[in-house]
Formats: sequence, structure tokens, C-alpha cells
Amino acid sequence: MNTTSLFSPKTEIPRSYYIGLSISSVLAVLCLWCLLTYGGYMPPDFLATPVEVFSAGVEHVSDLSLFKHMGSSLTVILSGFLLASVLAVPLGILMGSFKAVQAFMEPITGFMRYIPVSALIPLLILWVGIGLEQKVMVIFLGTFFQQLILISDVSARVSKDLIDCAYTLGANRKQVVWRILLPACMPGVMDNLRVTMGWAWTYLVVAELVAANSGLGYMILNAMRGLFTDVILLGVFTIGILGLLTDFLFKWLRQRLLPWSADF
Amino acid sequence: MSLLSLADITVRFEPKGKPAVLALDNVSLTVAHNTFSVIVGPSGCGKSTLLRLVAGLETPTSGQMDLDGKPISGPSADRGMVFQSYTLFPWLTVRENVMFGPKLKNLPKSECEDIADTLIGSVHLKGFENSYPKELSGGMRQRVALARALANDPRILLMDEPFGALDSQTRQLMQELLLEIWQKHRKTVLFITHDIDEAVFLGDEVHVMSARPGRFKKTLSIDIERPRGIDVLTSPQFMEYKREILSLMHDEAMRAQMA
Repeated sequence: MNTTSLFSPKTEIPRSYYIGLSISSVLAVLCLWCLLTYGGYMPPDFLATPVEVFSAGVEHVSDLSLFKHMGSSLTVILSGFLLASVLAVPLGILMGSFKAVQAFMEPITGFMRYIPVSALIPLLILWVGIGLEQKVMVIFLGTFFQQLILISDVSARVSKDLIDCAYTLGANRKQVVWRILLPACMPGVMDNLRVTMGWAWTYLVVAELVAANSGLGYMILNAMRGLFTDVILLGVFTIGILGLLTDFLFKWLRQRLLPWSADF
Repeated sequence: MSLLSLADITVRFEPKGKPAVLALDNVSLTVAHNTFSVIVGPSGCGKSTLLRLVAGLETPTSGQMDLDGKPISGPSADRGMVFQSYTLFPWLTVRENVMFGPKLKNLPKSECEDIADTLIGSVHLKGFENSYPKELSGGMRQRVALARALANDPRILLMDEPFGALDSQTRQLMQELLLEIWQKHRKTVLFITHDIDEAVFLGDEVHVMSARPGRFKKTLSIDIERPRGIDVLTSPQFMEYKREILSLMHDEAMRAQMA
């Protein structure tokens, strides 16, 4: 039996195959889309054609409205995500390594992680209104508790030997926290920020569900009223591409900031 | 006067919901200045616990531990330790790892660098000063860990099966390197292993431990001339020591298996 064929588990394949297969999956979806629309299998009200989506794109780019929507969505996402990260990273690191912090935080985080953010929207409207704050809070609540749990896990998994070793080299408790625990957590923190950034994008439409007048989520919801499926798809593609770009950004940052860490 | 003395050390672990474990039972040990002492024993005999006590990473249930006549309380830079697991700080380069201890003492940077570069030379890693640990092999990492522990110029060097994770060829080379460095720096070493060859090859004194609860069964003085090379490993003298320790350990291993 050949154990290095294309069909053996955990075997490297030539790079050309890899790229070829990646491109073919994109092409397959595109072909299916063309077939469904140009072949007349789907009415135009249900699914716009690729050309229609492209021209909707050209239109929204030329009148700059797409950039306006992107701008307000990015403001919401980045504000909510940064706010969540700034709090969740230090708290999560403490929670994972100090039993007292864990005991204090665990009941609340354990409970909050299962609450769908959309269930909190009515309360958020009552408390912070329907402005930017409300949208930022949706992203914040959607990511904060997840980040807290993931990062506390990273912190809990830092090798005890690393810390013991620092003690035998003369470090005190404070130095162990700042010089060992903190840097040892960084690769895991970066990975989880990357993952939760992806989740933050998925909350965008929920955040812009209420009383928005701009943003990609708003653009999609608004287009739904007129069955403008070309604009809906344009919005979906834009979110997908922006999500992909932020993902690349995180990957790049990790390689730049943490060149010493082993796994990417 | 001995450098390190342990008197009547008992360690009892009381895990929640499980029966208490007597890890060390009334153990006493003295280590003289500049000697290479090895503790050999079956796995689970409490030898690592003993070393962690000396390092100050654990506290005994009862008993007295002194270094230079002063009681041991908590970890300190005067007791350097090399662990079995790879404990280089992955975010620091080789040089920065070795400088870690001296920098904590707030020595001037140039002095820290001098100490580091000298020791990196002693462990034959010149040229790797700016490498990160992920770029090094297992044997190289343990050499850096040794250099890092020595950089603090500790009173005693504690080694907890430092070559346990290495393949046998690398391990042999590491043992020779360790003896070479020990000859040069004349540190007091307390070395833990379950490998009898390693114990006899390295030690001035070999303390044989019994299975749980850990006690010392016998202490042998190894009168093999130094410097020791690999030809020692096949000498009749070496075999005689090995035979004795083997029979002591065999009984213990049997007992541990049956328990």
C-alpha cells in the first residue's frame, strides 16, 4: 500500500496541487452560481447574477457609499473588539493563573458565555440607547466573555516548570508574572484574538439590526426590503473579504511580534 | 563541614479525596563541598521531590534543611536547577536566557554578557548566541539550561534527570561535557537519575533510594579516577559498582511493582 499518495491522511502534497485545488473550489462555487442564475434555475429576485453583483459593486464604490458603510462597520467592530481585548487579556491571564481571581470570575463568565448577544439587545437599547454605543456593546459582549475563557485557558496551560525555573534563577513573584507568565501567554493570546476577531465580524449584522443608518449590516438589511439581492451579496462579499484581511493581519502581526514562537 | 545537610525529612502528600502518600520517610543526607553526589532510585521513589525541597520549590512536612549552615526557605539564586523538561524561555535568545539570572541581580549589562558568552563557550555553543530555543536540538537546549544555571554562580547545582529526554548517544556526550565543566568550575552538584550507568559514571558518591516511601538504602563512594572517559564504562571497577547498585535497585523495583 502506498502511504504517501494524495489520499493518505497527514501527508504533504505538492504545492501546485494545493493551489490548484484551492482555486478549483472557488471556481466550482462561481460556476454553480452562474449555472443557477444564467441557467434560469433561480429567479433574479432570489439570487442576483455575478455581473449584477459586480456592477452593484462598481456603483457603490463610485458613489463612495460602500466605503462609508465599511467605515462605520469597522468603527463598530474595532471599538468593540479593542475594548473587549484590553480588558479580557489581562483579566484572562490573571484568571488562568490565580485561583482567587478564577473563583471570583468563573460563575459570571460561565453564565454569560451561553447568553446569545441578541437576547441582550432590548436591555442594551434601554441602557445605552440606539447610537454607536449600543452597537459597540453588542460586539463587546459577544467577544469579551469568550476571550476571557480562552485566554484564561492559555494562561492555565503555561508550564509550571518554566515558572519554577525562574524562581530557582532568583526571580520573585512579581518578576515571574511580568517576565515569564506574560510573555509565555503571548502566542496563545494572539491566536485567540485572531479567532475572536472572526467572531466579532459575525456579530456585525446583529449589532446593526437596530436603528442603524450606515454600516455593512445595515446595507444588507436595507437591501432586503427591496429584494436587491445584488446589494445583499455585495455586502456579504465585503464582510467576507474584510474578515479575511483582518485574519491575514493577525497572522502577519504574530509572525512579526512573536518570531520566537514555534507554531503558527 | 558539609555544604548541604538534610535531617529527618518527611514529606506526606494529602491529595483531596485520596489516601495520603508518604513520599519521603525520615530521610537524611549530607553533601560535602565540591562533590558530585548522585541520587539514584526507581521511579516514584520521591527523588525528584527531594531535589525540589532543596531547590525550595516545595516544603517538607517535617525536618530540617540547611545550606552553609543556614536554613533553606524558598527558592533562591544560590541553588541553581536544571530540569528534565525543556525550560528555556522561548521568547529569549540563547544569550538572553543565560543572562536571565545575572540580569535579575542587576549586574551591569556588559558583565552579564561576558558571563553569558564565557559559559556559552564552555557548553560549546559559540555561534548560537542569538538563536531562539525553537531552533535548537534537545541536547543543545539542555546545554543552554546548564549554562543558565551556572551563570548565577550557585553554591550548589541541582540536576533533575536533565538528560532523561535525550537519546542515549547525546546523553553520553552530555555526561562527558558535564564532567568537563564540573572539573573546571568545581561546583557542588546534586544529580538525580534512575540510570545506574549515569550515576556511577558521574558521581563521587551514589545514594541509592528505596521505592516509596523513599529512604536511602545505601551510599557508595565511587573510587574511579578522574577525569573519566568512556573507557571507564567497560572497566571491571565500573561493573562491580553497577552490579551492586543493580541488585539493590532490582529488589526495589520489584517491590514498587508489587505494591
